[in-house]
Amino acid sequence: MSQVEFLKGNEAIAKAAMLYGIDAFFGYPITPQNELIETMSHVMPANHRVFVQAESEVAAINMIYGAAGAGGRVMTSSSSVGIALKQEGISYCAGAELPCVIVSVSRSGPGLGGILPAQSDYHQSVYGGGNGDYRVIVLAPASVQEAVNDVGKAIQLAEKYRNPAMVLLDGAIAQMMASVVLPTQPLPRVDTTSWAATGDFKTRGTRNVINSLYLDPAKLYAHNQHLQAKYREIARNEALLVDHHPDHHDGAIIAYGTSAKIAIGAAQRLKEEHGIKVKCIQLRTLWPFPKQALREAIKDMPFALVAEMSMGQLFQDVLAFTRSDTVIGYVGKAGGEIITSDDIVNGYLQQMGGEQIEHSV
Amino acid sequence: MSIVFKKTTGLTDKPFSYCPGCTHGIIHRLVAEVLEELNILDRTITIASVGCSVFAYDYFNTDALQAPHGRAPAVATGVKRMHPEKIVFTYQGDGDLASIGAAEIIHAANRNENITVIFVNNAIYGMTGGQMAPTTLPNQVTTTTPLGREIITGAPIKMSEMIATMDHIAYVERCMAADGPSIMKTKRAIRKAFECQINQEGFSMVEVLSSCNIGWKMSPVDSLTYIKNTMTQTFPLGVFKERKHETNH
Repeated sequence: MSQVEFLKGNEAIAKAAMLYGIDAFFGYPITPQNELIETMSHVMPANHRVFVQAESEVAAINMIYGAAGAGGRVMTSSSSVGIALKQEGISYCAGAELPCVIVSVSRSGPGLGGILPAQSDYHQSVYGGGNGDYRVIVLAPASVQEAVNDVGKAIQLAEKYRNPAMVLLDGAIAQMMASVVLPTQPLPRVDTTSWAATGDFKTRGTRNVINSLYLDPAKLYAHNQHLQAKYREIARNEALLVDHHPDHHDGAIIAYGTSAKIAIGAAQRLKEEHGIKVKCIQLRTLWPFPKQALREAIKDMPFALVAEMSMGQLFQDVLAFTRSDTVIGYVGKAGGEIITSDDIVNGYLQQMGGEQIEHSV
Repeated sequence: MSIVFKKTTGLTDKPFSYCPGCTHGIIHRLVAEVLEELNILDRTITIASVGCSVFAYDYFNTDALQAPHGRAPAVATGVKRMHPEKIVFTYQGDGDLASIGAAEIIHAANRNENITVIFVNNAIYGMTGGQMAPTTLPNQVTTTTPLGREIITGAPIKMSEMIATMDHIAYVERCMAADGPSIMKTKRAIRKAFECQINQEGFSMVEVLSSCNIGWKMSPVDSLTYIKNTMTQTFPLGVFKERKHETNH
């Protein structure tokens, strides 16, 4: 029997993570993800799991590195500026191939920015701020239920590929209350005995060492080639988008997260009020980016509009990855105001004829 | 024929990367001997840090993790919370522990994490070529204090004294690796620190005053004399904290 509860996004993510079988959570307070760490502070100990409120986001991600390196199923969460602080540790986790889940509840930036929802952390999530050629799997839910589901998917992908996986949502989803179906049993475990540093080396016969240091350039190049092969495999297998209007072919709105939720309604209005059959394409993974599927979806369309709560970060990737004759437009805002159905409808009507508007450089 | 002296099984066969004259090798050996004598090699997890001892994961014959600069106590926290029955220790230099990692060491101690910290203090950044550390002595010449350390750059941070202010932790001692007797005393302190962890008494740290003859631009012998006669003036030896036989976990 499924468990349905009426919960805030942050609370739902926390409860779901515990139910999926997270062994340890390490976090630090930051708005708008505070209910997540607060919920974890009681559901984890109550279920004999590890909860630590770290002294900083930096310490939290390094506790993740330690606990994941020791074979644990681990999660941390933070927001924008806090995720910025975790980047070094995320690079280490990627370099040492440690599975871990990072929930990023983005607020607005740059700098201290604001605490209201934005999607300005697209580059931060997809390209990261850590050093080196590494990749983080980035899932983008548009509702509380999708966020709950994505936490489970992130655990599975992280463990399957031994790689950090991020669930990127914004403060609107995290603060929204919704009825959600929670998981009923923990996810199956993968065997970590061949690599996890659990302190049993004599029993095992070999020492397990968690490390990302390769001073020999040939060995580091080989390690990078190994990582790239893994990333190519992830890109082949895991890129995902949802076409919300498979029978609409006049044009498209491309969005993720909260913007996608609003774009679904905007597409409906374009059809009902203006007779234009526009499909809403919701990106469900931001890395890997569903390039092929997106190219297919907008093939032969004269126009597609990118809608985002940032200043063209997604727009630039759509331009780069689709490389089609389709004219790509942009509508968006960043700073804490949520994009509206009017913004999208008007943006679409304004730009569908080819009129260019100013966007980020 | 009987064997009267042999290499400890606590170390791998990997040759050390340390400079000739440096006392890191001695301190490694002391830690390894203690792990062997306490029969805990098969349940110990080493946390290597960044600096001269970055390759500690290659030298200690245990499972290991290499931690980002300064973050070894946070990494150790993650490991220990996952495996409370295992023995977890960090091996950190003074740049790693007292500068970039000051927050992590203070808060791991304040949470009374049941881990052991081996803190090797040679008052300089050795790996990067001899820059000023937070522990650099007044007037000491380094590559970033070419005229000698002045007070405007800060005073030497006394980590053992600072950490010992935390009432509930198990054990803090400062030793030196400067001659036979001080080395044997250091070994006893390291043993004591690991025993605290085995007995679940909480956080333990042994600070070892160590030489960097290359960075200090001295002969190895002069370096040992410098530890004894000069470093101990700023960093007095002794037990700063000993909370006896109370299980904290």
